[in-house]
Amino acid sequence: MDPESSRLLPALCAVLADPRLPEPDDTCLEKLLDWFRSLAAAGPSLRLLQEHPCLVELLRRSAEGPEPSRPVFAFSLRLAGVLSAQESCFHLLQAKLLPLLFGEQGAPGREAWMAPTVRSAWIQGLHSLAQHPGALGFLADLGAVDRLLTLQGDPSLFVVTAAGQLLVHVLGLALHNCGPPCGPPLDPQWPLLASSLLAQLEEALQPASTPQLLQALGVLTNAFTSCPAPWAPALWGRLRPAMTCLLEGQPLQAPHALGDLLLAVARSPEVVVDLGPWEMLALVLGRLEPSQGGQLALGVLQLPECPQALRAQAFGVLLQPLTCVLSTSTDAPGLQELPPSAVGGSASLDLLLASRSACVGLLCCALARLALLPPLPWRPSPWPQAFLLGAVVAVLRSCNGHVPISAAGGRLCAALVGCERVQRAALDLLGALAQDAGPPELVLEVCGVLLEHVDSPDSSPTVLKKAFQASLTWLPHADKKPHPCGLQVPAQLFLPELLQVLRKRLCSPSWEVRDSGLEFLTQAASLWAGQADFRQMLQASEVPPLARQLLRDPESYVRASAVIAVGQLSSGGLWAHPGDQQGSPLEGLLDMLDTDPDAFPRRAILQVLTAWLRDTHGPLAAHPEPLLARAFQAAGRDPDWEVRARGLELAREFLVQTLGRIGVPCPYVPTPLLDTPPADTQALHPACRTRLFEFVFPALFDYDRPVARAACELLLLLRAQTTTCATPPQAGDTPDPATVEAALHCWRTGEAGRPLGELVPQAVLAVLQALDLDDLRGTLADGSDHAEKSPLSLLQDMLAAAGAQGHNQVDCY
Amino acid sequence: MERGREGRGGEEDRHLQTCFTACEAIPLQYCLSGHPTLPCNVLKFKSTTIMLDCGLDMTSTLNFLPLPLVQSPRLSNLPGWSLKDGSAFLDKELKECSGHVFVDSVPEFCLPETELIDLSTVDVILISNYHCMMALPYITEHTGFTGTVYATEPTVQIGRLLMEELVNFIERVPKAQSASLWKNKDIQRLLPSPLKDAVEVSTWRRCYSMQEVNSALSKIQLVGYSQKIELFGAVQVTPLSSGYALGSSNWIIQSHYEKVSYVSGSSLLTTHPQPMDQASLKNSDVLLLTGLTQIPTANPDGMVGEFCSNLALTVRNGGNVLVPCYPSGVIYDLLECLYQYIDSAGLSNIPFYFISPVANSSLEFSQIFAEWLCHNKQSKVYLPEPPFPHAELIQTNKLKHYPSIHGDFSNDFKQPCVVFTGHPSLRFGDVVHFMELWGKSSLNTVIFTEPDFSYLEALAPYQPLAMKCIYCPIDTRLNFIQVSKLLKEVQPLHVVCPEQYTQPPPTQSHRMDLMVDCQPPAMSYRRAEVLALPFKRRYEKIEIMPELADSLVPMEIKPGISLATVSAVLHTKDNKHILQPPPRPVQPTSGKKRKQRATDDIPDCKVLKPLLSGSIPVEQFVQTLEKHGFSDIKVEDTAKGHIVLLQEAETLIQIEEDSTHIICDNDEMLRVRLRDLVLKFLQKF
Repeated sequence: MDPESSRLLPALCAVLADPRLPEPDDTCLEKLLDWFRSLAAAGPSLRLLQEHPCLVELLRRSAEGPEPSRPVFAFSLRLAGVLSAQESCFHLLQAKLLPLLFGEQGAPGREAWMAPTVRSAWIQGLHSLAQHPGALGFLADLGAVDRLLTLQGDPSLFVVTAAGQLLVHVLGLALHNCGPPCGPPLDPQWPLLASSLLAQLEEALQPASTPQLLQALGVLTNAFTSCPAPWAPALWGRLRPAMTCLLEGQPLQAPHALGDLLLAVARSPEVVVDLGPWEMLALVLGRLEPSQGGQLALGVLQLPECPQALRAQAFGVLLQPLTCVLSTSTDAPGLQELPPSAVGGSASLDLLLASRSACVGLLCCALARLALLPPLPWRPSPWPQAFLLGAVVAVLRSCNGHVPISAAGGRLCAALVGCERVQRAALDLLGALAQDAGPPELVLEVCGVLLEHVDSPDSSPTVLKKAFQASLTWLPHADKKPHPCGLQVPAQLFLPELLQVLRKRLCSPSWEVRDSGLEFLTQAASLWAGQADFRQMLQASEVPPLARQLLRDPESYVRASAVIAVGQLSSGGLWAHPGDQQGSPLEGLLDMLDTDPDAFPRRAILQVLTAWLRDTHGPLAAHPEPLLARAFQAAGRDPDWEVRARGLELAREFLVQTLGRIGVPCPYVPTPLLDTPPADTQALHPACRTRLFEFVFPALFDYDRPVARAACELLLLLRAQTTTCATPPQAGDTPDPATVEAALHCWRTGEAGRPLGELVPQAVLAVLQALDLDDLRGTLADGSDHAEKSPLSLLQDMLAAAGAQGHNQVDCY
Repeated sequence: MERGREGRGGEEDRHLQTCFTACEAIPLQYCLSGHPTLPCNVLKFKSTTIMLDCGLDMTSTLNFLPLPLVQSPRLSNLPGWSLKDGSAFLDKELKECSGHVFVDSVPEFCLPETELIDLSTVDVILISNYHCMMALPYITEHTGFTGTVYATEPTVQIGRLLMEELVNFIERVPKAQSASLWKNKDIQRLLPSPLKDAVEVSTWRRCYSMQEVNSALSKIQLVGYSQKIELFGAVQVTPLSSGYALGSSNWIIQSHYEKVSYVSGSSLLTTHPQPMDQASLKNSDVLLLTGLTQIPTANPDGMVGEFCSNLALTVRNGGNVLVPCYPSGVIYDLLECLYQYIDSAGLSNIPFYFISPVANSSLEFSQIFAEWLCHNKQSKVYLPEPPFPHAELIQTNKLKHYPSIHGDFSNDFKQPCVVFTGHPSLRFGDVVHFMELWGKSSLNTVIFTEPDFSYLEALAPYQPLAMKCIYCPIDTRLNFIQVSKLLKEVQPLHVVCPEQYTQPPPTQSHRMDLMVDCQPPAMSYRRAEVLALPFKRRYEKIEIMPELADSLVPMEIKPGISLATVSAVLHTKDNKHILQPPPRPVQPTSGKKRKQRATDDIPDCKVLKPLLSGSIPVEQFVQTLEKHGFSDIKVEDTAKGHIVLLQEAETLIQIEEDSTHIICDNDEMLRVRLRDLVLKFLQKF
């Protein structure tokens, strides 16, 4: 603690302890507690208390004195907990103060207990305190477990949650402290506190006591995730009878909470497999309605280890809504691949079609959950790819108004037609399914339905974007050899049609649509620029000229996307036809950097230039210096800080290339910085010719801190590279210190003067040496409000607030 | 109460003996059009006969060959069509083009049904929008119609433009030949489809003349939104904004106790007209629903996007775009979209041409009907700025308009370009010329935006066609989802609509969402059908003169309900009923002549028996009978009440809700005795 804060602390404690003064601001108390927490973490709390007896006095007056204000009392409880987290301090306070604060005659016995903030503070204080074995005895003496169990029924949700968390923590601490279980593995010697707590939780696991049951299940679920690993089997063994009894109840109580507990148990690797909760999970899954069981089924499927039968049962629950969808269609591919539990029958169909909102909700959940499964290594096997593709295609067709020929199909279509939520979820699933292919005829259908969605004027911009994304994932599957059955595999059809539609979409009056189209183009070009077919089709499609035209779009987002797309096309050599007279887009982009009124396109341009610079065969490969000079100049005077920051990225990339590796741009690069040979001053010439330093040095004093920090980091790296310069500067080469100082002053004040003239390498090195970059880095690391945020400032503010209030009171009197 | 059409201007006095009994009458609806978006219905309601719209079905013109403005060798050299047996007598009337057969004659239109009801008896015609008045001259000029037509000013003005354009398109290409042989029923059934299936071809008529148009329009009386118009005192009609087009209206037709809402061509989208007034449609007994979107699966926003994208693609490739359209309506919204779009799409240098005999008037009219526009456009007028941005397009020469392809246009014409011109049927108008001119190049595109005609049928006489065809029907009228929300909002007791709306479209028979879904199910009608509207008129409002009201002595028969007998003269004039005090008895005078006159004028005032009210509690009545010495009493329950059987006296007493009968054999004393016992339970007044 700094001396000034030390000096002010007694006064503040006195103010806090004085019940006659008005209540301090809650936020200030919270900040004060954070400060004490950081002090306690940094050193022994005991010393803090010894050096500042005012803190003990504050706690004593809160505990013994007249009723303090509720915020201060709550603060004292939490502070006592924070300080007592260290055993030495705990022993100091335990003798008298802690029982007075936390015991029967403390908070729970006071009128202030009526306030949820005080109850919450009591729990938080104990939670902070319960970090060592000594605390367990204290909690047991207090009868804290009983009170915490009572607080599980508190009207305040915050109190309930905090009480539950503390119960879990206490159980974990008790088990942790007593070491590995002793005695029979399934019936070990339980620590007293844990045993008492578990006995009460077991009692709450009675089918009749619904509110307590839910809370007990919640506590036990969390307990399984935090209890020491060796105790998990014993805990499960102890709970198992009560759980069995609970599962026999009619109707099944709290099925979702029960499922969560069983999943937590199943996730615990130490639970012995043959005692595992699998049977119980199967029972709960079987007793839940299909519309309710989805979340539990997903949880089961996400378990890496799980019996095959249970996995099939859970998968069936997730698949059931899609089975209903396919049952409305005459053509239902892949039904034979399904687990029996997936076939729901007419009752499930009626449930699905009960109302539009029910149908949409159920399908969205099922589709979203199924989309999480394909990437899992332990996903269900056999994986019903054909069925899923058929079902998703059917859902998407229904959304577009294509009705299966059946009465139920008509009802389904009426519920789904134009439903964007279902379309989004189905397209996500379709994208996820692309990691496998499927029967060629289904791939054809997938391509068809994707084209339909990309082409449909009724597709919302979001749906269109998702359809484009899904198309990207399916395009490789379309590129297959012709199928022996003679089906036209859409390799040669899908992409040209997609590009045709893309052409139209790039002309859409909706900017979101144009933007999504450009994003698709960028991604497609980055993925397949190397494929001859793609190149040929793209260049024949007139899409590149349209992208070029969108560089003049009135919407800045679209211009930015067009810049990125053009950059990507240009990198891939897809900018124009081989015989076309169309030059490089570089000049155009640099013009845009100077003239575009919006920041997004300008940022995008610098991003593209940096990418091109990294690409040794890119458009910037030959004679980049004049072009970069223009870019640095434009970036230096740009009003947008992100443009300037991206300009610095470009500068850094250029320095990397001209000086060899400076800095470590990629964590996987094996060569450390210090191993590289120091740069020759000659190596700085290209950077000087591009006037890079005229951009970087003033950026060091930029009003926007991220820019200044980036410039500082860049120069620090450069300095590290050049301090051991092989050729020391000759006398007379370097500018005199006064000139350097004048130049620094110019940059600092933002003046346009150039005392150093053209920055030559020697001048650059002189400036680098003149600058105290380390100090500058430290200064820039602090936020501009670091002074206001300091603890001293907080203490002053709180004291001033108390004083001001006091004056007002006197005035009023 | 019997009232006839004499109530319009005549006077009718009646005597009331006891009280005014409510009359019951079922309003009727005569359906004269089979086209749900070009409706023509007649409503008979409270002795008034109201025609609701008179739309003209122009799809009949698709069976005819186009009328080219410039001599077209291709069309003139089409081969004649002959019957299967080789008979060639029809080859002058019918021509074959790419497998389709067309009538080579002046196009004819399918009129509303004229035989179902005597149209001279129609009192008023209510017009809901300018597309639904195109048959007006046929009705007003050729049926003996003598009534009044009500419509808003923009409806009339733009309707006039549409009629003027139609007449102009047809009259400027005079065609000597008239085909009638093919209409012979025996011959028609031998023709290929669609001619074979065309309905009522004998009633098809050529286009009217400008003189008839002017005469028809002169019968129109202008109305404003929410203006209440009394029709002979019997009903009140009120136009409400329907949100579909400039001046488009729905109509409320109501009496004191009944309300019929006529919803025709309404839109909930935010386009240029004033938004739809939904609130006033609430509490309707019947909601007559017509003019829903013709393309329920096409979202107008998406279609506008398609329109712009395809237009830009064509023009960028050096092609021309042809947009067959009406001279008013969606074109205003399209021009507004293009105004915002052309710069972003790099189309600033592309000329847009609007060619129509009424193009100038249409563009100018749209700017002066500020009070009929949506709020945003109205507020522009106060800036002052033109409400529609096409004014700026014209100022900057991006949009040019011409009455025809002849004259200035041919000097200014530059390609590539975008041409908006009529007629959307592609059978007449300047569009025919452009189809012939541009049809051979695949660089060009024709974009269909008007939903009234099947684009495939419209294109049939131009086949084979190289130019691209894009179908972007923009129909802003209500779709079925919007109808469902509207009906939930306004909650009419009954919905009546064309039969097409009560089942999914034939091409999408499983789309249950593409039909009107309401409870109770909508009543449907079809062309040439008469429908009894599902409500009965039960009440009539009668005013009581103050002095008569003062003389009444109400008697409370139930808490809150009082009754009084009234003797008065019912005076009915202009369908308004007033109860006036009866004339005082005339003092005898000496003059014989005067006495005679008084007897003529004053109706007889007989002494009235008191009226009875109340109900007879059967159990108590039986007890009373027993007290009065009647024995062997049996009570039977009947559907309407009870029968008390006095077996000994061989007498029946039927007690029903509104009557009691004592049936006994020639024993008047017994009857009177029983009557008096019955009367004890009833109140007299």
